[in-house]
Amino acid sequence: MTVATPRDLEPQLQQPLQPKGWLRYFSFSVDHKVIGLQYLVCGFFFYLVGGLLAGAIRTELATPLSDFMPRDTYNEVLTLHGTVMIFLWIVPVVNGAFGNYLIPFYVGARDMAFPRLNAVAFWMIPPAGFLLISSYFLAGAAAQSGWTAYPPLSLTTPAAGQVVWILSVLLLGGSSIFGAVNFIATVLKMRRPGLKMMQLPMYCWAMLGTSLLVVLSTPVLAGVLILLSFDIIAHTGFFNPTLGGNVVVYQHLFWFYSHPAVYIMVLPAFGLVSEILPVHARKPLFGYTTMVYSIMGIVFLGLIVWAHHMFTSGTPPWMRLFFTIATSFIAVPTGIKFFNWLATLWGGKIALNSAMLFSCGFILNFVFGGITGITLAQVPFDIHVHDTYYVVGHFHYIVYGGTVFVIFASLYHWYPKFTGRLLNEDLGRLHFLLTFIGFNLCFLPQHWLGLNGMPRRVAEYDPTFTTLNQVSSVGALLMAISTLPLLVNVVVTAFQGKRAGDNPWNALTAEWLTSSPPPVENWKGEAPLVTEPYGYGRAQEPKAPTLEAAR
Amino acid sequence: MRMARAVKIRAAITTALATASLGLTGFLVGTRVNLLPVDASTNAPTYDSLFKVLFSIGTMLFLGISIVLIYSLVRFRRNEGELADGPPLEGNLPLEIVWTAIPAVVILFVGIYSYDIYDRMGGMTPLDHGALHHQHAMDTPSHTMEAKSMEMPSERVWGGIGPAIDTGVASTSSASGAVLPVEVTAMQFAFIFHYPEADITSGELHVPLGQPVELRMKALDVIHAFWVPQFRLKQDVIPGQPTVLSFTATRPGTYPAICAELCGPYHGGMRTSVVVHEVDDYQTWLQQNRPAPSST
Ligand code: HEM
Ligand SMILES: [Cu+2]
Ligand SMILES: [Cu+2]
Repeated sequence: MTVATPRDLEPQLQQPLQPKGWLRYFSFSVDHKVIGLQYLVCGFFFYLVGGLLAGAIRTELATPLSDFMPRDTYNEVLTLHGTVMIFLWIVPVVNGAFGNYLIPFYVGARDMAFPRLNAVAFWMIPPAGFLLISSYFLAGAAAQSGWTAYPPLSLTTPAAGQVVWILSVLLLGGSSIFGAVNFIATVLKMRRPGLKMMQLPMYCWAMLGTSLLVVLSTPVLAGVLILLSFDIIAHTGFFNPTLGGNVVVYQHLFWFYSHPAVYIMVLPAFGLVSEILPVHARKPLFGYTTMVYSIMGIVFLGLIVWAHHMFTSGTPPWMRLFFTIATSFIAVPTGIKFFNWLATLWGGKIALNSAMLFSCGFILNFVFGGITGITLAQVPFDIHVHDTYYVVGHFHYIVYGGTVFVIFASLYHWYPKFTGRLLNEDLGRLHFLLTFIGFNLCFLPQHWLGLNGMPRRVAEYDPTFTTLNQVSSVGALLMAISTLPLLVNVVVTAFQGKRAGDNPWNALTAEWLTSSPPPVENWKGEAPLVTEPYGYGRAQEPKAPTLEAAR
Repeated sequence: MRMARAVKIRAAITTALATASLGLTGFLVGTRVNLLPVDASTNAPTYDSLFKVLFSIGTMLFLGISIVLIYSLVRFRRNEGELADGPPLEGNLPLEIVWTAIPAVVILFVGIYSYDIYDRMGGMTPLDHGALHHQHAMDTPSHTMEAKSMEMPSERVWGGIGPAIDTGVASTSSASGAVLPVEVTAMQFAFIFHYPEADITSGELHVPLGQPVELRMKALDVIHAFWVPQFRLKQDVIPGQPTVLSFTATRPGTYPAICAELCGPYHGGMRTSVVVHEVDDYQTWLQQNRPAPSST
C-alpha cells in the first residue's frame, strides 16, 4: 500500500475563508474537528428529540388503555422515535462525530481526504432531520409504519408523511455514504509516512469495517426506498400484492441494509471502547491482531445474516437454517472482542472514572443483549418472540446499553480534548448511576413481557402486564432525569470546568500529542509517528504527574 | 520452585471450582426459573426445552463475564495518586485460541440442537401445495369446499409450520385425515375463522383438545401475524401468500390470539381468543353454532 504525504498546504489555503470562534460551528467549515463537533452537537439535539418521543411512548404504556394520545399519533411517534434515534443520533455520532474528529489524528493527517465532501455530508443532516420532524406539521401526518416501513402498510398509511420520511432517510443514507467514502480513503490513503496499517489505533479498523458495510449496503436501502416511493406516488406495483407485487422482496432488501446497519451502529462503538479501556487501565489493548480479524469477520458475517429478521415471513426452511447458523456464528468474533477487553482490564491499573464506568456498563449490557441475540437467532426460539417486547428488550440492550453507553464514555474521555476542560467526575458518576439503573429498569422487564404475550408496537395491552410496564416507564423517567447531570456538566464545564492540560489521561494516541483543543492544523509541527498507540507499561520512567487522572 | 507450583495448583483448583459452580448455577437457574406462560400445544414443551438450554448457557456466560469484570474492577483498581502502568501484556495466542474455540463449539451445539427442535416442531416439513391439496380433497366433500379446492391447486402455500413429527398419541390415532382445517382471514383489525367442514364462521378460534388443526391463513389488506403465546407459535399472514400453520392443542383453556405485526392504528386491539375444548365440549360448540340448514 502506498503512503500519501500529509497535505499540510490545505489548511493554510482554507484558513482565511473560514470564520473564527464559535461561528465556525454554524459555517460550512472543512476542518474535520469542527465537523466532528457539529455532528456531535447536532446528534445530541436529535437525541433529546428522540428521547421526548420515547417519553411519550412510555407515558402511553403506563396504562393498558390507549388513553394518552390518538392511536395513529402513537404510530407516528413510534416511527419517528426509531428513525430519529437510528439515523439522526447513533449513526451520525458514532460514525460522523468521533470518526471525523479522531481519524485524521490517528492516521497522522491534517484533515480528512475530502474535506468539502465531509462538510456536505454533515450539512445534509440538519435539513433531513427537520424535514422528518416537520412532516407531522407540513404534510398533515408523519409516517406511521414503523422505522421498517413494511408495505403494504406503508402504501396505505397517509402518503405525504411516508414520502417525506423516505426523502429524509434517503438524504441521511446519502450523507452516511459520503462519510464512509471519506473514512475509507482517509484510512487507506492519508496515513503519514512510516505508519503501517497494523499500527493504527483500533478505532481506525472499526471505522474501515463500518464504512465498508455502509458502502456495500446503504445503496440497497436507497434503491428499495425509491421503489417504495414509486409505489406510493406513481402507483407502481413493486411491493403491492394487489398489483402482483411481492412484499417479502421489500423485507429482504430492507434487511440487507438494516442488519448491517446494526453493525454500523455498534462496530464504531467497539472501536471507541478499544481506545478508552487501555488508557484508563494503563495496559496495552489485548490481542490487537485478533481484534482486527474479528472486526473483518463481523463485517463479512454481518452481510449474510439479514433474513433472521424474517423467520416468520414464510421464508423457506433451508433459508431459515442457513440464516440461523450464519447469525449464531457472529457470536464468535464478537466474543473474541469481549474476552480481549476483559483481558485488557485484567492486571491493569484501573481508574474507575466516568469514562471507565460507562465502558464497563457497556460490556455488561452488550453481553446481555448479545446473549438474547443468540437466542433470537435460533428459528424455533424466534418464532415465539419475534415482533414482541423481547425483541425490543434485545435491541435496546445493544443499541442503548451498548452504543449509547459508549457515546457517553467517549464524551467523558474526549471532552478535555474538545475543550481543554475536564468534565466534573461527581456529576459524571451520578449520570452513570442514574443511566445504568434507569436503563435496566426500563428494558429488563420487557423480555418477560415479550415472552408472556405482549407484542411490540402496540398502544394498548393486556391489563395483566400493567405492573411491569409501569416499572419500565419509571425506568424511562430515570433515564430522562439522568440527562440533567450530563447537560449541566457539559454546559458548566465548558465555561468554568477544571483545566485539563494537553493530555490529562497520559494517553499515547496521536490526538493527545498536541494541545487541547488542538490547533487547526492538528499539530504545530510535523505529525508525530505513533507506532505503538497502546504501549502502556513500556516506558520505565514515571510519567508526568497529572491532576485528576488518577481518580 | 515448589512455591510456584503450589500457587499454580491452587489457581487451577480455584478455576475449576469456580467454573463448576458457575455451570451449576446456570443449570439451576435455567431449569428452575420459569419465564414462560403455560404450555398448551404439542410443540410448547419442545420449545421450552430449547428455552431451558439457552437460558442455562446464557446465565453461565453472563454471570461468568460479569464476575470477571467486577472482580477486575475491584482487584485491579488504581490507588489514589498511583502513576505506574500495568504490565505490557499484548496478547496470548493459546488463550485467544481457547476463547475462539469454546464459543464456536457452544454455538455449533446450540445450532444443531435448535435445528433438531425446529424439525420436531414441524418447521422442516415440506408444505408444497400438492400434499395439501391431496388432504384437502379427501377431507372436504362438502359443497362449499369443492369450489374452494378448485382454486387451491393453483396457489402456492408459503412457509409456516407443518404438522409436527412427534405429536404423540393424539395425532397417530387420527392419522387418516382427522386434521381439522380452519380458514383464517386476517384483516384490519380482526381475525375471522371459518370452519369449512361445519360451515361455521366465528370471531374466536375454537379447537378440540388433541386434534391436529391446520390453519389456512390469508390476509386481505396488510401484513398481520397470528400469535398464540401459550402455543409458542407465530406466523405472519402476508397478502398474496396463503400460509399454513399446524398445531395440536394439549391443554383446555382460553388463550389470547394476538396480531404481532404492526398493521395500523388499532393493531394493539387486534386480538381475540383461542378456546381449547374437551372433545365433548367441542362437539357441543359445533352443534350450537352450526348454521340452521345443515344442522340435520
Ligand atoms: C450477538 C449478536 C447479535 C445477534 C445474534 C442478534 C440477533 C438478532 C435477531 C435474530 C433479531 C431479530 C429478532 C426478531 O425480530 O425476531 C435481532 C433484532 C434486532 N437486533 Fe440484534 N443481534 C445481535 C446484535 C445486535 C447488534 C450489535 C445490534 C445493534 C447495534 C442489534 C440490533 C438489533 C435491532 C435494532 C433489532 C430489531 C430490528 C427491528 O425489528 O426493528 N443486534 N437481533
Ligand atoms: Cu439483524
Ligand atoms: Cu396487527
